[in-house]
Amino acid sequence: MAVVFEKTKMLTDVPFHYCPGCTHGIAHRLLAEAIEELGKEDEAIGVAPVGCAVFAYNYFNCDMMEAAHGRAPAVATGIKRVHPDKLVFTYQGDGDLASIGTAEIIHAAARGEKITTIFINNAIYGMTGGQMAPTTLEGQVTTTSPYGRKKEHCGLPIKMSEIIATLDGAAYVERVSMHDVPNIIKAKNAIKKALQYQIAGKGFSFIELLSTCPTNWGMTPADALEWLKDNMIPYYPLGVKKEVEL
Amino acid sequence: MAKKLMKGSEAIGEAAIQAGCRYFFGYPITPQNEIPEYMSRRLPQEGGCFLQAESEVAAINMVYGAAGSGARVMTSSSSPGISLKQEGISYIACAEIPCVIVNMMRVGPGLGGIQPAQGDYFQATKGGGHGDYHLVVLAPSTVQEAANMVMEGFDIADTYRIPVMVLGDGMIGQIMEPVEFVPPKKREVPPKTWAATGWSDKSRPRAILNSLYIEPEEMKVVMDRLLERYELIKKNETRVEEFMTEDAEYIIAAYGTTARIAKSAITKARAQGIKVGLIRPITVWPFPYEAYSKAADRVKGFLDIELSTGQMVEDVRLAVAGKKPVEFYGKLGGFVPSADEILEQIKKMAEVK
Ligand SMILES: Cc1ncc(C[n+]2csc(CCOP(=O)(O)OP(=O)(O)O)c2C)c(N)n1
Ligand code: SF4
Ligand SMILES: [Mg+2]
Repeated sequence: MAVVFEKTKMLTDVPFHYCPGCTHGIAHRLLAEAIEELGKEDEAIGVAPVGCAVFAYNYFNCDMMEAAHGRAPAVATGIKRVHPDKLVFTYQGDGDLASIGTAEIIHAAARGEKITTIFINNAIYGMTGGQMAPTTLEGQVTTTSPYGRKKEHCGLPIKMSEIIATLDGAAYVERVSMHDVPNIIKAKNAIKKALQYQIAGKGFSFIELLSTCPTNWGMTPADALEWLKDNMIPYYPLGVKKEVEL
Repeated sequence: MAKKLMKGSEAIGEAAIQAGCRYFFGYPITPQNEIPEYMSRRLPQEGGCFLQAESEVAAINMVYGAAGSGARVMTSSSSPGISLKQEGISYIACAEIPCVIVNMMRVGPGLGGIQPAQGDYFQATKGGGHGDYHLVVLAPSTVQEAANMVMEGFDIADTYRIPVMVLGDGMIGQIMEPVEFVPPKKREVPPKTWAATGWSDKSRPRAILNSLYIEPEEMKVVMDRLLERYELIKKNETRVEEFMTEDAEYIIAAYGTTARIAKSAITKARAQGIKVGLIRPITVWPFPYEAYSKAADRVKGFLDIELSTGQMVEDVRLAVAGKKPVEFYGKLGGFVPSADEILEQIKKMAEVK
């Protein structure tokens, strides 16, 4: 029988632990497929974050290291300096990357560290039960912003892609979304391109994926995708933020 | 190799290179800047990589990544910077990744001062970061010993898959002494088949370097393994120097710079007919409890001297177990006691007028 579809070999057979409708699973598959399509399965070394994706080391079928909360870019830096010919990536949430690990991501980008970061922006701390993230939208209700996030109290959400794009060391920066199929296809292409920038030795590459957390947003998976489209995209505009010549 | 006059910090850097360390990640802090400075000069000459991190937090995580992917890696700092490294050290200890960490202690707490001190003994030997772990902690009292410890430290780290700390003080880093780089006695160091190097060799399992074990059964396996290893290290690696202890009626307990000054004081005391000796832990973890407990059966008393408010003295008292008095003399503020000052304390203990 002709095989029409096969799961990528870059993912193990361990079932994802993610909630139904969570976009972490999609992001995993996109990254895994991109690595396989580039023929880099045996050369990839990944760094998992602290967040819902903490178990990423069980899913990506390559050598993996689990970092402390926010420190993945520093860990990846250490790996890449020892193995400059390997494909090194970090996979991080918004609490991990845009809050506790801000220094590490900014400086990895500023150094032009030849690694690729996949940034899952779901506007919330998923793993710890739905607290406010630095990316939580104004007015958004979370368990630690029960009256809605207020600008006067804690400012407005951080736009990481735009910040990273200002750094000379960044070679490719793009924000994509996973709220529908056309956008998921775009997201996959973006991830692949980011990895190609790393392979070409151009510098730091960064893909922000607008994501959902139906569980902590208190929505059905379908409503969550709708909410992402209507609320996140206007504040977090999609598109390429930085692109040096490949 | 001929002896070379070198500053302690530079000798530490060179020793690491001689031991095959090709990666160094650090962040500037006095009084140990000569280590990263030396490495930034030397490592590129050896085809290695020196990288100044954005913080000690980042530096120790770079160590985690580089050592986790199979390389010999060192980082160094001084007290406040070592505090920032504790998170990473705890993760490294749990993930069983070998590396060498140098702490050139300065006086504290807080930002403290830049003068030598021994206030990080508790932090170094009792954990430091969160959770239940140990480092092997080596305490040099000369530049030569610091160099030897760095070189052997890498072997110890690789043998037991454990982070090794060289616990010096600002004094050891700053003084100049003749030093030679002699490879330590050969050990059977296991190959790093666990390292994350890219999974092209499918004959080994996929490398996962991790410190997360949600299932208590799995966490217990790791902790049991660590405990077993700690016991093995206690058995194999505990090291202590005894100086003029054979006929001693009094014993000084001191490590590092303090022990070195104590030796001069002991020579002076002996000239005045006071029978005093020194028991100096070379490894402060594992601590040489036995040397002190054995001495407790034959001497009249102990005097513990530290550049702290009294930290190692707790281990000495644990070993002596109330059999004999254990006095304490702490020199604070970043001052270092003179031999005469220690002599005075010896006389007081021996009740010699
Ligand atoms: C030092 C430290 N502080 C806090 C935590 C608790 N913690 C675990 S995950 C997490 C937030 C994760 O949120 P995010 O990065 O957005 O990932 P998500 O779960 O949303 O994918 C926090 C605060 C921790 N593990 N370590
Ligand atoms: S808590 Fe949110 S981010 Fe985490 S798995 Fe569930 S839906 Fe996904
Ligand atoms: Mg999140």
